[in-house]
Amino acid sequence: MGKFSNEELLNKLNAEFPEQLTVVGEPFGLLTLETGRENIIAVLSYLKNDAALQFIYLTDITAIHYPEEEKQIGVIYHLHSLVNNVRVRIKVFMADGDVHIPTATELWNGANWMERETYDLFGVIFDGHPDLRRILNVDDMTAFPMRKEFPLEDPNRVDKKDYFFGR
Amino acid sequence: MARPVRFNIHPIQADTKDNISLANMPEGYTGEGFFATNLNNVVGLARKNSLWPLPFATSCCGIEFMATMVSHYDLARFGAERLSFSPRQADLLMVMGTISKKMGPVLRQVYLQMAEPRWVMAVGACASSGGIFDTYSVLQGIDEVIPVDVYVPGCPPRPEAIIDGFMAIQKLVQTETLRRRSEPQYQKLLASYGIQ
Repeated sequence: MGKFSNEELLNKLNAEFPEQLTVVGEPFGLLTLETGRENIIAVLSYLKNDAALQFIYLTDITAIHYPEEEKQIGVIYHLHSLVNNVRVRIKVFMADGDVHIPTATELWNGANWMERETYDLFGVIFDGHPDLRRILNVDDMTAFPMRKEFPLEDPNRVDKKDYFFGR
Repeated sequence: MARPVRFNIHPIQADTKDNISLANMPEGYTGEGFFATNLNNVVGLARKNSLWPLPFATSCCGIEFMATMVSHYDLARFGAERLSFSPRQADLLMVMGTISKKMGPVLRQVYLQMAEPRWVMAVGACASSGGIFDTYSVLQGIDEVIPVDVYVPGCPPRPEAIIDGFMAIQKLVQTETLRRRSEPQYQKLLASYGIQ
């Protein structure tokens, strides 16, 4: 068990950022919060630098795409307080066509490649990132393959036509 | 019911007593002290029995290839004892495993570095067609970037299947004319891949 409960963590955060965080849920005991992109760096910075919380480890940055929602693209931060053994998850949702969010590389150098990966697969643009280019896919790729509108299967493939299988 | 396998269903009893495997003499005229035949046949025979494969192994088919090379299956019996890890000395490019789109240009570069005559064998479902990886990051068959001579199906293919594919390559090597590589058909094939 962690050295402080999710409730204590939430109280501290609400005192620091009144009305700016909403609780999404607590699945498997993992406190999940949502905030806006204008606050995200302040929130991350507070979590990392606060003497009691010490969320010094950035586990992951990733994204998610909900095409039916108004704010389609969400960026998700997983933080871990190694000292207190507490984890927290923070989500930021943005409308398609304006997928900009400030970079977290000024807080963690490890965010560099995570943000490049998120850009590569979801097309999230991290403003202020020192080297935002594709990391996994071929450089000349134009699409963002983890978005839902990207076709799952290669349409040029000829050996999976229905008539080969009697359909 | 017998297992539905294609290979090795009628195994030949090994005859190892005083028996050294010899390549058969090509057709020709023999007389006292001379033997005359077609240069094509001689070169084909020599090439067939001394193919130097370049293993380009990226995943599980590469493990099957390792099994093919060691003593139990022993690809060396077919004159492929010497693996060439330099493309410049290799005759046969054996592509075994999933080739991602990012690996495509690397594979192409390896093919370009090989000297003519060169043959290519796509081992396994992934190298032949992308296999189960019908996705944004995987090349849907290496024939999108380089011409392929023989496809070996299987996921992964058994060593018998790799040997079967290798023997199909040997047959190609033995029977193709020396001029095949300068034929317009072949030039057109290479041009369609943007080579030369």
